[in-house]
Amino acid sequence: MFRNVAELVEMAESEGIQISEVMIRQEMEVKERTREEVFGQMERNLDVMEKAVEDGLKGVKSHSGLTGGDAVLIQEYMKNHEPLSGTILLDAVSKAVATNEVNAAMGTICATPTAGSAGCVPGTLFAVKNKLNPTREQMVRYLFTSGAFGFVVANNASISGAAGGCQAEVGSAAGMAAAAIVEMAGGTPSQSAEAMAITLKNMLGLVCDPVAGLVEVPCVKRNAMGASNAVTAADMALAGVTSRIPCDEVIDAMYKIGQTMPVALRETAQGGLAATPTGRELEAKVYGISLKKE
Amino acid sequence: MKFKSVFDIMGPVMIGPSSSHTAGAARIGRAARNLFGREPKWAEIHLYGSFARTYKGHGTDVAIVGGLLDYDTHDTRIREALETAKQNGIKIRFHEEDSHTDHPNTARIRIGDDDGDLELVGISIGGGMAEITELNGFELRLSGGHPAVLLIHNDRYGAIASVTSILARHEINIGHMEVSRKQEGQQALMVIEVDQNIDESILKELERADHILQVAKIVD
Repeated sequence: MFRNVAELVEMAESEGIQISEVMIRQEMEVKERTREEVFGQMERNLDVMEKAVEDGLKGVKSHSGLTGGDAVLIQEYMKNHEPLSGTILLDAVSKAVATNEVNAAMGTICATPTAGSAGCVPGTLFAVKNKLNPTREQMVRYLFTSGAFGFVVANNASISGAAGGCQAEVGSAAGMAAAAIVEMAGGTPSQSAEAMAITLKNMLGLVCDPVAGLVEVPCVKRNAMGASNAVTAADMALAGVTSRIPCDEVIDAMYKIGQTMPVALRETAQGGLAATPTGRELEAKVYGISLKKE
Repeated sequence: MKFKSVFDIMGPVMIGPSSSHTAGAARIGRAARNLFGREPKWAEIHLYGSFARTYKGHGTDVAIVGGLLDYDTHDTRIREALETAKQNGIKIRFHEEDSHTDHPNTARIRIGDDDGDLELVGISIGGGMAEITELNGFELRLSGGHPAVLLIHNDRYGAIASVTSILARHEINIGHMEVSRKQEGQQALMVIEVDQNIDESILKELERADHILQVAKIVD
C-alpha cells in the first residue's frame, strides 16, 4: 500500500506502469476483488459523471435559487466567441460548473472526493477528452489516477471543508484532476505528482465560507477555478516545470494550514463570503429569517 | 489509514448537494433502519451542530428519512422521502438541538413501532462516510460501509466464544470487533465487522447461542 505520493510514483516508475494501474492493483488486493469488478464500478461512476455534465449543460436551478444556469451561459458564449482563455480551458470550466449546479439542485453526482468539489475531475475530463480522444478505458483510468492522489491526501491530510477549508476539498479535487490530465496526455508519473503539487500550492489557504451554509455560493465557481487551475498546472508539468516543494510536503502544508484555520472559515457559514452583507441577506432569504442573530 | 478504498475517494454516487450533510446523513438513517430490521412507525430525529443549523438547505432531513426508508445515497426517491414517509404513515419529528457535540455533524435517531424501538447516534465524517457512535446507550464505533453483525448479550464468560465459534464454523472472517457494556455483569454489546454479508440462517443460529439476547445486522 502506498502511503504518500513519493511511494506512489516510485511504485509506478520502478514497475514501468501508470499511476492508475498502481491504484487498480491496490484496490484488487485490499478488497479482494477482480479487475473486472473494480473497473466496472469505476466505469459506473464515469457514467454518472457524464450524465451529470449533460444534465447541467441543459440548465438546472437549485431549490434555493442561488445557483444554476451558468454552465449554459458559458457554453452559449463559446458558440459565438473564441474564448480568450482557450476552448479546452473554458469547456472544462463550464462542465465543472454543470456538475456542481446539478449537485446543488439535488441531482445525482459522484463525489470526487466530495460533493462540493465534484466538478473539477469530471469537468476537466470531459473537456480534455475532446482534444486527446481517449478510449473508454483511458477515461476510467483517469478516475483511478485522480483517486490515487485523493487517497494520499485523505489519509495524510483531509478532504473535508469542515476540517481543512476549501483547500482540502476543491484544492484536493483540482490537484487530483491535474495529475490525471498529465497521465492521459502521456506524461510520466512524476509529472503527475508535479502537476498535483503546482495546483495545490496555488489553492493553499482557500477557506470554506459557503453562503447560508449551502454547497452553492461560492462552491460552484470555486470548482470552475479549480478546473482551470488543474488544466494550467497539467500543461506546466508536461512542459517540464517542477515544483520546488515536493508534492508530499505541499499536502502536509495544506494539512497544517487547515489545522490553524479559524473555525469561522471552515464550513460554518460564520465568516468570509458567508458573513458579507449580501451573504447574510441571501441567507435570510433562503431560510425565511436569519439563522444567526448575534 | 482511515480511507482504504479508491471508492472512498471517488464516490459515493449520490443525490446532492453535500456528501457530509446529504449522503452521510442518508447512511446514518439507513444504518438505523438496517439495525431495526423493518420500517418504523415513528421517528424522533435530533440534529446537532452544523446539521441543526443547515439541514433544510442541504436536505439532511430528507436524506435521513430516505435512509429510514432503506434508500441508498444515490436513490432518486430520496427527494420525495418526506412525502413517502407520510403516505406510509410514519410519524416523524425533527428537533434542532443547541447542545455541543464532539463532532459538528451529529444526529441522534430514535425509531420504533408497537414491537420495539431503537436509538442510535451517528456522525458524518466527510466525503459521504458515516460512523455510528452509540446504539441503545452503548458506545461503539461502526462505519456503515462494511457488513456487520451487532449482538446484545449478557455480560458473561463464554458469550464471545459462542459467537466467534459459530462465525468460524461458517468460515466468516472478522475484520474488526469490539465489546462494550454499561455496567459489569449486565447487558453488553458486541460489534463485529465482517468481510461478507451474513446469511439470515447464520443470524438465527447466533440468536440461539449462549447468552445472546438480540441480533441485528448491517449489510454492505
